[in-house]
Amino acid sequence: MSEAKTQEKKYPAPQGNPETQAFWDAAKQGKFMIKRCTACGEAHYFPRSICPFCFSDKTVWEESSGEGEIYTFSLMRKSPTGPYAIGYVKLKEGPAVQTNFVDCDLGALKIGQKVKVVFKPTDGAPLPFFTAV
Amino acid sequence: MTIKGQAYIAGIFEHPTRHAPDKSTAQLHAEVAKGAIEDAGLTIDDVDGYFCAGDAPGGAWPMVDYLGFNTKKLRHIDSTETGGCSYIIHIGHAAEAIAAGKCSIALVTLAGKPRTSVMPPRAAGAEVDFEAAYGATTHNAYGMCAMRHMHDYGTTSEQLAWIKVAASHHAQYNPHAMLKDVVTVEDVVNSPMISDPLHRMDCCVVTDGGGALIVTTPEIARSLKKPLVRLIGHGEAMKGPRGGKDLDLTYSAGVWSGPRAFEEAGVTPKDIKYASIYDSFTITVLMQLEDLGFCKKGEGGKFVADGNLISGVGKLPFNTDGGGLCSNHPVNRGGMTKILEAVRQLRGEAHPKVQVPNCDLALVHGTGGLLGVRHAASTAVLERV
Repeated sequence: MSEAKTQEKKYPAPQGNPETQAFWDAAKQGKFMIKRCTACGEAHYFPRSICPFCFSDKTVWEESSGEGEIYTFSLMRKSPTGPYAIGYVKLKEGPAVQTNFVDCDLGALKIGQKVKVVFKPTDGAPLPFFTAV
Repeated sequence: MTIKGQAYIAGIFEHPTRHAPDKSTAQLHAEVAKGAIEDAGLTIDDVDGYFCAGDAPGGAWPMVDYLGFNTKKLRHIDSTETGGCSYIIHIGHAAEAIAAGKCSIALVTLAGKPRTSVMPPRAAGAEVDFEAAYGATTHNAYGMCAMRHMHDYGTTSEQLAWIKVAASHHAQYNPHAMLKDVVTVEDVVNSPMISDPLHRMDCCVVTDGGGALIVTTPEIARSLKKPLVRLIGHGEAMKGPRGGKDLDLTYSAGVWSGPRAFEEAGVTPKDIKYASIYDSFTITVLMQLEDLGFCKKGEGGKFVADGNLISGVGKLPFNTDGGGLCSNHPVNRGGMTKILEAVRQLRGEAHPKVQVPNCDLALVHGTGGLLGVRHAASTAVLERV
């Protein structure tokens, strides 16, 4: 499946909302943001205003390294727009992120493989994806 | 308070169709409702509780009006929506309502036509902008679970294939099954890869159809003519990645719903004579068997191999109607048919070739949503009195 290309794929623009707008504004600057709770110290993704672990409202934005490793994946072959690899990345900062793997050999993906974030354009804010390091 | 023994399943009906281009979805609900009410020996006028989920066109109030309930009498309505396991949750909620005196004869219906027409999309959750673009589907969400399970525990495609093989052995005796051919492990692992590591034959069927059932009080059940089947334990639970901290795709919410149901019933997995286990994919069955305690975590592959799930052959006969893998997965929701086959087993009405001898204790377990993303689970323990 190494010939599988994802560059041509058209991705939907995020709708955004008051709770998550800062994430999309940062994405336009090429920054991948997570949220951290200053009460319990835990980072989480996707971003919430109230911490999903301790329910504190003391959550702040933090730029992620955008680096992590593949927790799991599946190469989806039954798709009208061509094969794609969906999976989860465990970020260096801890939280797991659902994503697609792009711009790399999808046939060679492995659990534990090091990956980093890349942004892909939409008609609105760009969307985060991950690629092999 | 417990629901143990407070509610009986007195009527069941599974629509024989697997393809219904000539019927409406509401009509299918009406046909299965009629079937279950008549199986119980009751009339629509007797029903005072109604349960339906997201497959009911327009929700509960259009269905109540369309079906023609006696609305002077109908006094309990529940449209809990947890995907494919909604109906397993419904029987627990119906038992609670009956125990509390809120209704005495409850009808639960499921029907729809995913094979004929495209299913309407589910309403978006808070995660939509952060997930929708990545194309999570049932196939790849369960593929991600299987991939990680194989990585952590060495589970193999051949072991998963045994689950489909067992289902096919049962389906050959079900005249309504969509797929009646007995298949081999080789057939499964050589079928086309859909979403790694799941092959086409690791996936359930897509069928039009439906099913319905009646839950009632012990007194009313005893006044009817059917063998007595009662609910003695029930559990429900939900699980998701919870901010990305709790992501572990090797187990399901069954680790919580199962013990709740077993504890209430006062039984253990060893006591179960027949199990209806949600089988949207082979991996779904394997993970849930582990989560329910039929074997240790990570040993599901060994447990399901060599025909251990085949009635008359193995230790745990499962899905003796052929399940979702071979017979029926109406509306992409397998919870209802799981209950119906368990009741058939307890009544002694399963096909003679797959009927478990002296089947007096059965388990029903289901999942709704996507195990690889976020999901609900429900477990029910049923007993023949």
